[in-house]
Amino acid sequence: MSLTKAEKTIILSMWGKISTQADAVGTQALERLFASYPQTKTYFPHFDLRPGSAHLRTHGAKVAAALGDAVKSIDNIAGALSKLSEMHAYVLRVDPVNFKLLSHCLLVTVASHFPADFTADAHTAWDKFLSIVSCVLTEKYR
Amino acid sequence: MVHFTAEEKAAVVSLWAKVNVELVGGEVLGRLLVVYPWTQRFFDNFGNLSSESAIMGNPKVKAHGKKVLTSFGNAVKHMDDLKDTFAELSELHCDKMHVDPENFKLLGNMILIVLATHFSKEFTPQVQAAWQKLTTAVANALAHRYH
Repeated sequence: MSLTKAEKTIILSMWGKISTQADAVGTQALERLFASYPQTKTYFPHFDLRPGSAHLRTHGAKVAAALGDAVKSIDNIAGALSKLSEMHAYVLRVDPVNFKLLSHCLLVTVASHFPADFTADAHTAWDKFLSIVSCVLTEKYR
Repeated sequence: MVHFTAEEKAAVVSLWAKVNVELVGGEVLGRLLVVYPWTQRFFDNFGNLSSESAIMGNPKVKAHGKKVLTSFGNAVKHMDDLKDTFAELSELHCDKMHVDPENFKLLGNMILIVLATHFSKEFTPQVQAAWQKLTTAVANALAHRYH
């Protein structure tokens, strides 16, 4: 599965808007993840996960920055996220099922912040993009 | 059996009251067919599904989407009794329509996303969590009678 030219264009142009609120989007996606899928909190026993916490805001910003890196290197996401991929494989070892859950929460966050832009075609592009990112982050697992 | 707290029920019921079932139903089904095109396999007789605009404007998609979401409204009325409420529909989806239950999860997530586009800030993480629980429970209820 790879992105068409049209899909890349959609993602790049939407990221222009999203990046002005990137930290908030990353943070809110995590809040939604922990609220809807409490089992995901097991990966963060060392964090204060209450909404608005400094830990959540810092980590949300990290997630958003990584997505930004992937967007900026949209033709070589594997290259851009290579270190992060290794970290997830050897250190973090987050079960692959959770990437779908976070991707879904990212989609919900973007949909609620940018409803007019989040057409069905845009939704498809972002869903595909996040699938590719998830694949890259789990490709060194075994 | 899934247990919904009073807060979760309130979150679901109050949002549902504001949902335009005809409009949202059409959008939900349309998005499913656009974002996951393999789901079109169940709708060979729906006519033109060749592009996003064709799908989202397709009258059969809108009509069926309304039907599906109206049925979902039944879930909102019977949150404590979903398995029984959807028993017949479960058998139908298995025996007559041969739908992989994975599709119920996809549709459930579509409902969430369309609600997010319509209700924006009002669709808080807590509201989403309540709806997430409901769509999961409905998906399970619809899969319950599979054999």
